[in-house]
Amino acid sequence: MSDTIIEVRDVCYTYMRGTPLARQALANVNVSIERGELVAIIGRTGSGKSTLIQHFNGLLKPDSGSVVVGGRDIWRKGVALRDIRRKVGLVFQYPEHQLFEETVAADIAFAPRNLAMSEAEVDEAVREAMRVVDLDYDALCARSPFELSGGQKRRVAIAGVLAMRPEVLVLDEPTAGMDPRGREEVLAEIRQLHETHGYTIVLVSHSMEDVARFAERLIVMDGGAVVMEGSPREVFRNREDLVRMGLGVPQVTGLMAELAARGLPYAEDVITVEEALHTLLPALLGAPSASASASASAGAGAGTRAGNGEGEVGE
Amino acid sequence: MNISSVAIGQYIPGESLVHRLDPRTKIALSLVVVVALFIVKSAWAYAALGALIIGTVAAAHVPLKMVLRGLRPLLFVMVLTFGLHLFMDPGEPIFRIGKIVATDKGLAQGLITVARLSLLIMATSIVTLTTSPIAFTDGLESLLKPLSFVGVPAHELAMMMTIALRFIPTLLEETDKIMKAQMARGADFETGNIAKRARAMIPILVPLFVSAFRRADELAMAMEARCYRGGQGRTRLRQLRLGSLDVAALVLVTVYAVAVVAVL
Repeated sequence: MSDTIIEVRDVCYTYMRGTPLARQALANVNVSIERGELVAIIGRTGSGKSTLIQHFNGLLKPDSGSVVVGGRDIWRKGVALRDIRRKVGLVFQYPEHQLFEETVAADIAFAPRNLAMSEAEVDEAVREAMRVVDLDYDALCARSPFELSGGQKRRVAIAGVLAMRPEVLVLDEPTAGMDPRGREEVLAEIRQLHETHGYTIVLVSHSMEDVARFAERLIVMDGGAVVMEGSPREVFRNREDLVRMGLGVPQVTGLMAELAARGLPYAEDVITVEEALHTLLPALLGAPSASASASASAGAGAGTRAGNGEGEVGE
Repeated sequence: MNISSVAIGQYIPGESLVHRLDPRTKIALSLVVVVALFIVKSAWAYAALGALIIGTVAAAHVPLKMVLRGLRPLLFVMVLTFGLHLFMDPGEPIFRIGKIVATDKGLAQGLITVARLSLLIMATSIVTLTTSPIAFTDGLESLLKPLSFVGVPAHELAMMMTIALRFIPTLLEETDKIMKAQMARGADFETGNIAKRARAMIPILVPLFVSAFRRADELAMAMEARCYRGGQGRTRLRQLRLGSLDVAALVLVTVYAVAVVAVL
C-alpha cells in the first residue's frame, strides 16, 4: 500500500535568508503523498502551504532536509528538475494570470513543447488536456485565451499543466475568486481527474466544506509546521484547535456539534450536508419531540440547505 | 535567480539631524554642493567639500559603507576616465608602459575627476539614504511647483514617481510568481544563446504587462472613486514645514560652499 510518490523530510525554508527581512516559512516539515490519493492541505494565509507545495516540484530549494519524488532525492546531483516538474504538475493560484500565447491551443502546448515532444504528440496532448477539463477543442483552440470567460481561462491554465501528463497534480486554491457555479465545475473536474483518470491530487484550499466533501486525507498547517493529519472526519473532531488556528470546521459539523451540546443525541462526526441529512432524518422522524418536529418537517424537504440553517435551528 | 533579494530604494530609517531635515532642504543643499563641485578646481577645495560630505554622513548615522556602495555602478566609468587622463593628458612623464606615457598633470587631473564623480554621487546618496521615497517626492513636487506656471506638471510628475515606487515591489513579486508558474510548465530561462533566452522572456513579459495594465486600470478606478482629480486644491496629511533646523542647515551649508568656491 505504501507507494509514496512525494516525500518531504525535515524541510526548513526561510525567505530572504541572511537579510534583516528573513522570515521562516517552513520548520521541520514532514509530509508524504501516496500514489493515487486525494489530499488537501489546509491552513490560514501565511501558514506555509504555498511554500510547501513549491518544494514538491523543486521550485524552491529547502535550506535543510530533503524532497524525494518517485524514490529520487530531487536535489541530488544529476537529477533533471525538468523531469520532476513534469511528474509533479503544479497549478498556481489564479493560474489564468500566466496565459500568454495568441491561441488557446498554443498556450496549452507550451509545456509539451518545452518537454521536446514531437508536434504530433503535442497536438495529442493538447486535445487530451482540453477534453479532460471539458473544453471544446474545435470551438476554442484558435481563440485568444484573453477573450475567454474567467472560468474558461482557468480551465485553459489547468489544461496547460495537464498537457505534461503529470503523475501528481498539485493545485493551489483552484477555486479562488470564482462564483459558486464555477467552483462546483472546477471541483467536479478535479474529482473526475482523480476518480476517472487516476491522478494523485494535492489540493490547497480554504474551504472546509470543499475539503470535507472531496479529500481523502487532510494535512493541517499552522505557523510553518504540520500540526494535524488524518481523514477529514478525524481532523474536524478538533473543532476548537482548528478555530484557534484561524480555520474552522464545515458549517454543518458545527451545527451538529451544537445540537449534540444541547442534548440532542445526533452524531458529532458529521462533516457533509448529505451525512447530516442521513443522520437527522431518521432521528427526527423516529422520535418527534414537540419542538424538533416543527423544524424537521420543514427541514426534511429542504435537507440540502441544512448547512446554512445554523441560525434558525439555534434559536 | 532570487528576485526577492533585490533591495528596493535605499532609505535607511533614522532619527538623526539629517533625517529630520525637510526633504526640500536636503534636495536644495545637495544641488548647492553639486554646483560647487563643478565650479571648484583645486585639490584643497575638493578636500573641503569632501569633509563636508563625510561630516554629513557621520551626522546622519548612516554607515559609510552604504554611501560608498552607491559608487559601485560607476566604478568602471571612474577607472576609465582616470586611465584616459593619466595616459592622454600632456605633462611631465612619470612612467611609461610600452609606448604609452603617464604624466604628472594627467595623474592630478585623473584624481580630481574621480574625486568629483565620487563626491557627486555621495552628496546625492545622502539625500536618498535619509529621505523616505514619499517625503522625497513630496519635496520634489513642492520645489517644482513654481515651474507649473511655465507648464511643468509638478504634481503629476510627483504622483507618477510615487506610484512607480509603490509598484516596484508588487511587480517584482508578480514576476517571481509568473516565472515560477512557467518553470512549473518546463520553461527554461537559464540555458541557450541570447536569442533563445530573449525568446524565453516572452512567457514572462506578456502576463506581466497584462497584469500591470490591469493593476493600472484598477488603481485609476480606485483613485477616482476617492475623488482624485489632480493636485489642484488638494490638501496634505503631512505638511512640509521649514523649521529652525532647516534654516540653520541652509545658511551654514550655503555659506560654507560659497566660501569654498570663493577662497580655495
